[in-house]
Amino acid sequence: MDAYLGDYLPIAIFMAIAISLSLAFILSAFVVGSQKPDIEKLTAYECGFDAFDDSRKPFDVRFYLVAILFIIFDLEIAFLFPWAVALGDIGLFGFWSMMVFLGILTIGFIYEWKKGALEWE
Amino acid sequence: MMENNWYIELAWIVAKILAVIVPLLIAVAYLTLAERRVIGFMQLRKGPNVVGPFGLFQPFADALKLMAKETILPAGADKTVFMIAPMLTFVLALVAWAVIPFDAGMVLADINVGVLYLFAISSLGVYGVIMAGWASNSKYAFLGALRSAAQMVSYEVSMGLVIINVLVCVGSLNLSAIVEAQRDMWFAVPLFPMFAVFFISTLAETNRAPFDLPEGESELVAGYFVEYSSMSFALFFLGEYANMILMSAITTLLFLGGWLPPFDFAPFNLIPGPIWFILKICLLLFVFLWVRATTPRYRYDQLMRLGWKVFLPFSLIYVVLTAGYLVATDSLPGLIG
Repeated sequence: MDAYLGDYLPIAIFMAIAISLSLAFILSAFVVGSQKPDIEKLTAYECGFDAFDDSRKPFDVRFYLVAILFIIFDLEIAFLFPWAVALGDIGLFGFWSMMVFLGILTIGFIYEWKKGALEWE
Repeated sequence: MMENNWYIELAWIVAKILAVIVPLLIAVAYLTLAERRVIGFMQLRKGPNVVGPFGLFQPFADALKLMAKETILPAGADKTVFMIAPMLTFVLALVAWAVIPFDAGMVLADINVGVLYLFAISSLGVYGVIMAGWASNSKYAFLGALRSAAQMVSYEVSMGLVIINVLVCVGSLNLSAIVEAQRDMWFAVPLFPMFAVFFISTLAETNRAPFDLPEGESELVAGYFVEYSSMSFALFFLGEYANMILMSAITTLLFLGGWLPPFDFAPFNLIPGPIWFILKICLLLFVFLWVRATTPRYRYDQLMRLGWKVFLPFSLIYVVLTAGYLVATDSLPGLIG
């Protein structure tokens, strides 16, 4: 168990180094560059206009739909990962079980397609 | 003995990590130069060639210029999230390299779920984008972030399915095992359609041309990082280019045999593995630049159509075909470890 966790130690150290590096980069800009903020610099960019209104507004529901579809298919992939690795051991039974699962998912996918959830016009 | 030597071990790990990060950052710097030079030549102009011989010091001049700029924190922005977003993008683009094997045994963390780790880290990349777009409180940034997030998650699905194809052929999630399984034949040969799908998906995943709609400068100015300046902008830039190199490395590991030479006889197998690995990455990166110089930008509905209606069904069918073929011919790999 210890050796197993030990494999992840370099990743943790790597993450610490990467975070300190990015902090150093950001701070270096504050040290080297001069900071003279004024009202024109600090307003949101909008092609030279004063910003018309806030950007926190409702947006197209299709982005939400894409996110939901993504969750469904990413979960499917999460199921497929262990199946793909263990396929040599579980053999024909494992193969057909997954085919049934994929078949059900494909029916759902066809339904989505026919309903127009994948359309962007 | 272990107790006395833990700091030596720690220093050794840190040294190895720096041996990955420093060349990587230099590679990123020169990738930006290479991009400008290659596209310059493809468009029959010279590109930056003034700073240093052949413009070789241009990236460092750019970095210094960015460092000397003022860091703008927009008044309407959520300042904490605004600063975390570029850091997240940069950190994620770096930490993925912890599991990339450069040669047999030449890897920082030889974890047995390497592919899963890479998949997880590259999925997290979308957070940097969405945080930047939301925290900027600017319409261009927000629209760019929405587009980018939708695009990245769409292509991640097909990337995941392509990876499943490789996994079925290998029977292990360890990246070194995946490379070793390609000793007889690179997976780019039997799985060529999947290789193509994967490469195109990496273009979309890294927001590169022809899928660079999030940045579409003619409509969204610069997309999600329009409000960024100075080093926080540079971190996005570095992260994006480090991601390109990372994606090329993953493609190389999964399909082009990682550090293995193309032919297993002299003089090819005399050249050390890491050199082959880097050469293959450079080749893929050149294709990235070549595509950018050649193809016009996709429309957003075409982009989503390609992702959901072409790549997803195609790679799903290919998973069934690959697994079916291997089961039918009884040539599945046994479980390793």
